[in-house]
Amino acid sequence: MSAREGRAWVFGDGIDTDLLAPGYAMKKSPAELAKHTLEAVDPHFAAHIKPGDMLVAGADLGIGSSREQAAISLKTLGVSAVIAKSFARIFYRNCMNIGLPAIQFDPAGRIHPGDQLRLDLAAGRLSNLATGKTWPVPALPPHLMTMIERGGLMASLTARFAKPGAAAHPPRPQGASHD
Amino acid sequence: MAATLVEKIMARAAGRDTVSPGDIVTIAVDLAMAHDSSGPRRWQARLEALGTGLWDPDRVVIVSDHYVPAVDAESAAILQVTRTFARDYGVKNFYDMKGICHVILPENGHVKPGMVIAGGDSHTTNAGAFGAYAAGFGATDMTAIVATGETWTVVPETIRVNISGALGDGVTAKDIMLALCRDLGMGHHFKVIEYGGPCVDAMDMEGRTVLSNMAAELGAETGLIAPDETTLAHIRAHGGVVEDEAIQRWRSDPDAAYAKVFNLDASALSPQVAAPHSPANSADVGVHAGARIDQAYIGACVGAKLSDLRMAAAVLKGRRIAPGVRLLVAPASSRVTAAAARDGTLEALVEAGAVVLASGCGACAGLGAGLLAAGEVCISSTNRNFKGRMGHKDASVYLGSPYTVAASALEGRIADPRPFLKDRRAVA
Repeated sequence: MSAREGRAWVFGDGIDTDLLAPGYAMKKSPAELAKHTLEAVDPHFAAHIKPGDMLVAGADLGIGSSREQAAISLKTLGVSAVIAKSFARIFYRNCMNIGLPAIQFDPAGRIHPGDQLRLDLAAGRLSNLATGKTWPVPALPPHLMTMIERGGLMASLTARFAKPGAAAHPPRPQGASHD
Repeated sequence: MAATLVEKIMARAAGRDTVSPGDIVTIAVDLAMAHDSSGPRRWQARLEALGTGLWDPDRVVIVSDHYVPAVDAESAAILQVTRTFARDYGVKNFYDMKGICHVILPENGHVKPGMVIAGGDSHTTNAGAFGAYAAGFGATDMTAIVATGETWTVVPETIRVNISGALGDGVTAKDIMLALCRDLGMGHHFKVIEYGGPCVDAMDMEGRTVLSNMAAELGAETGLIAPDETTLAHIRAHGGVVEDEAIQRWRSDPDAAYAKVFNLDASALSPQVAAPHSPANSADVGVHAGARIDQAYIGACVGAKLSDLRMAAAVLKGRRIAPGVRLLVAPASSRVTAAAARDGTLEALVEAGAVVLASGCGACAGLGAGLLAAGEVCISSTNRNFKGRMGHKDASVYLGSPYTVAASALEGRIADPRPFLKDRRAVA
C-alpha cells in the first residue's frame, strides 16, 4: 500500500462526535453534512482541507456518539488518516471499518498546524517532512491491516459472502408475516 | 484462574474456556439493537450489496426513537425506511414510537445476564446494569453483526468502581456519574467499568442503569453490574426469562484482577452540575447556583424514566416554574408516560408549567423539539453537553439530576434541589 501524504490539521483534546458530525446537520446528505465538520471549533476546516490531509488531535478523539458519519465526513473531505494521542473505541472502529487509518500517536510538540506529514502504514512509520523527524507507529493487528488494505469492513464482508458455499441468509424475505 | 465478569461473558461468547485482557477474539452476538438513525437507513443498501439478509431476525430489535414523530419530509422518509425494513426483513421486535431504545430493551424483557448485546448507539452500555456485555457500534460494524451474528473485539481490562454509603436526600445515581466523569475522567477507552458496593446493591434497576448508561461518558465499552435478586425480579416482572443460577454464574471472582479500583463514598456527595461543554466539568451544585437559564429539559434514556419524572414532580408539585423559563419533559417511553399519568406525576409536572413532549431522543440528540438558539442556556437531565449537541453551537448546556433540573426551573437559575425537598417534608 502506498504511503499517505498531506498537511496536518491539528486540534486539542476531546474532539467529540458532535463537533465532527453535528446533530443539526445529521439529516443532510453525506456531502452536505461533511461541510459542517468541526465548524464549531474551526469554521475553515471543511472548506480548506485538501485530499490527503490528516486530522491530528490530542486525547479522546471521537468521544460521544456511535454515529459513523463522524468518520465518514472526514473521509468525504479527503482526510487520508487520523492521528491522535488516544481514540474513543467506537470512533476508532468506525474509522478502520471505512478504510480510514486511525493511528495512536501523541502529536504534542511533534506536529504543528500545516506541517507536511507522510504515513507509511506498511512500514509503521510516520514522518514530519517539515521537521525531518520520523517516528515508528504501533503496528495494527493483522486482521485490521488486512481490512484497511482491502478498503474497509464492507470489502472484507463482500469477500466473505462471495466465497463459494458461504451460506447467505435469505435476502429480504418477501411476503414475510407483517404482524 | 480468577476471571472478571466481562472475561467470563467473552469466554462464553468466543467458545473458549478462558480469555485474558488483550486477546483478540470473535464473539457471538446474542442480541443486535438499532434505532432509526443508525439502523435500517444505513444497513439496507449494504445488505443488498452483500446479497444477504439478517442472520437471525428474532435476535434483532429495532426501535424508532431519534426522528419521532417526523417533523419534516426528511425525518418522515427515514422513519418510512425503518418501518419498511422491519416488515420486509421479518423483524418482529420492532418498537415504533414506543420510546427510547435503551429503555425499551429492559422494559420488554430483552436483556439478561451474560448476554452479548451489540447496539447501534453509544448508550447501549445502559443494559450493562443487567450483567450483560452491552456495547455500542457504528453502522458498518452493525451491518456486519446483523449479517453474520458475530464481531471481533479485544478482551478489555476492567476498572472496578466500589460505591459505599447511602445517597443523601436529593442526591442520585446521576450525581454519582457526574462526579465520576470529573474524578475518574472520560478516557477509559477499550476498558469496561464494573460497579459494585452497598450503594449499588441498594439501588433499583432504574438507578443502576444510570450508572451503566453513563459508563459511555467515562469512555468505557460498557458499565457492568453483577446480577442479584433485584435484577432477576426486574427481568421477570418485564416478561423476561432468567435462571436463578445467573447470580452465581455472572459475577467476577473475588480474586479477579482489575486494571484499577476506585472507591467512592456516596454519602459525602452533594448534587452535581456539569458546566458546558463536558460532563467532566462537574462540581457541587453550589458552584454553579445562580447561573441564569432559559430552558430546563427532562429527557433521554438516562434522565426521563418513571423514577426521574417522579424526582422532578417531588420538587415541582404545587409550585410554578419561573416566568420566562421553559420546562420541557420528554418521557423515556410510552409506558413511562402511562405510569406517570396513573400516579399523578404527569399532573404535577404540567400544573407546574411543564410542556410534555413525545417520547424519544429529541433534543438530547439535537433532533426534534426543544432545541436551543445561540446564546441560550439550558439545564438538562441528559448525559452529554458537548458543544452544538442540543441545537446551536453557541448554546450552553448544564447537566444535572432531575431534582436539580426541576429546582432550577422553579428559580429560573441553577438551584440546589435540597431546600425544596426539605420544605416538602416539613409540610408533610
